[in-house]
Amino acid sequence: MKMKAMTALCATLALSAPLVMAGGADDDKMVINGETEMVTKTTAPAHMENVSEIMSGWHFRSDETQALQLDDFDNPGMIFVDQALDAWNTVEGSAEKACASCHEGPESMKGVRAVYPKWNADAGEMRTLAMQINDCRENQMGAEKYKYDSVPMASMEALISVQSRGMPVNVAIDGEAAPYWEAGKELYYTRTGQLELSCANCHEDNYGNYIRADHLSQGQINGFPVYRLKNAKLNTAHGRFKGCVRDTRAETYSPGSPEFVALELYVASRGNGLSVEGPSVRN
Amino acid sequence: MEFTRRETLALGGAAALTFLLPFRANAAVEDLVNEFTGGADLADAGVELTAPEIAENGNTVPIEVSAPGASAIMVLAAGNPTPPVATFNFGPLAASQAASTRIRLAGTQDVIAIAKLADGSFARSAKTVKVTIGGCGG
Amino acid sequence: MASGVKPRVKVPKSAAAGDAITIKTLISHQMESGQRKDKDGNTIPRSIINRFTCDFNGQNVVDVKMEPAISTNPYIEFESTVPEAGEFKFTWYDDDGSIYDTTKKIAIG
Repeated sequence: MKMKAMTALCATLALSAPLVMAGGADDDKMVINGETEMVTKTTAPAHMENVSEIMSGWHFRSDETQALQLDDFDNPGMIFVDQALDAWNTVEGSAEKACASCHEGPESMKGVRAVYPKWNADAGEMRTLAMQINDCRENQMGAEKYKYDSVPMASMEALISVQSRGMPVNVAIDGEAAPYWEAGKELYYTRTGQLELSCANCHEDNYGNYIRADHLSQGQINGFPVYRLKNAKLNTAHGRFKGCVRDTRAETYSPGSPEFVALELYVASRGNGLSVEGPSVRN
Repeated sequence: MEFTRRETLALGGAAALTFLLPFRANAAVEDLVNEFTGGADLADAGVELTAPEIAENGNTVPIEVSAPGASAIMVLAAGNPTPPVATFNFGPLAASQAASTRIRLAGTQDVIAIAKLADGSFARSAKTVKVTIGGCGG
Repeated sequence: MASGVKPRVKVPKSAAAGDAITIKTLISHQMESGQRKDKDGNTIPRSIINRFTCDFNGQNVVDVKMEPAISTNPYIEFESTVPEAGEFKFTWYDDDGSIYDTTKKIAIG
């Protein structure tokens, strides 16, 4: 009885959805708080061979979901920014320092989100924003690291991202970054899991098309961290990567793993030119 | 609040089940309406309910209710495991008898608003909201 | 007291006497519905904010009864008349007995 009912419901939705929902990206304009004009569609970076125009995932969402991101009060992601601001000013660790002890106000982080992941010459490694935050916590503050894709980490990323909101994503892919970028690109086009899907199969070949009753975006990460309606919290890019790879029915890489760091650099570079949106609101 | 895929399916199944058992589902809603109205007749005009035709995610569905002059508006989600959603009581300083909020819908169903109007009569408005099932579990 | 509960309200700083203003409120709260089960299959008990009120200088604007069908991080928007300068008081009532409140002053001008 219950199984039949569920099947009937799914069948009804599957039949009715394409008839009543619009297809791909819309042409709406994103202006935050009535003042910050955002670039949500632009010419694809030169390195992208198969896509001519890049666009924010915002364009693939319903008007109601889009509206949640247009005003900071309506955006539930800003709750987490508030919480991170408290953390920013809280002294933690053996060095008895807060973020504010070295960096003063969070405004000092303007521009940071736009250029991460970034090569760190001193450490000789490719660093995501999360890695940089944890490096500060561990080595400057003597505090415990945040779990890579935890809510406190996503919240701190959101506080830092919001300082760069509206600035174009501009990650470097040459020089020392080049091998990481190549590794990320390799992963992007590699099919994984029982379903044998690569990132590109969904987000390059089929963006704008339906996947069940939903439609696929380009998989841009300029809006991360993202407040998702489905779990009502902020989500990190690596958390999303993990979800995507798992959905191909593959063993996933771990958030913070070298594979996902490389993938983040590559995917971020596919959004070079789009405005930093974080914290954005998605389904 | 995070729903697993299994829980979401179960909720959807429960919603679908209520279609198959309309008598019982309606009875719960009718009881709630009668409790609010004292069994009075319901007019079709006097209360407006704004809700999306299609909700991308049942976890967060924006709605707005408005009933000029009303003292209270009750909102019900007929297909939820527990139909009550909220009751807005308007005080002397309410500039309009209107409010917006965000609600949870367990599946495609009717959202119902019942207003107690200034003259003590009642009005009803309802809207079907389709709740889609997302493509990727994430 | 549920953890991480923080009220946020948006009220204009000033208004003309008699004006209608829009007020937005949001409080961070899980709004555990009582419908979910944990990993062991046990029902997670309901824990929600069940009532929200807004008063201005002691007079009521709205009084909302809230149920588990209200989304996580409850958002409520409404309009208030501002008869004179004064203070809005916002109060949220938690199932566990906690009361969260915050105030906002508004000037006439």
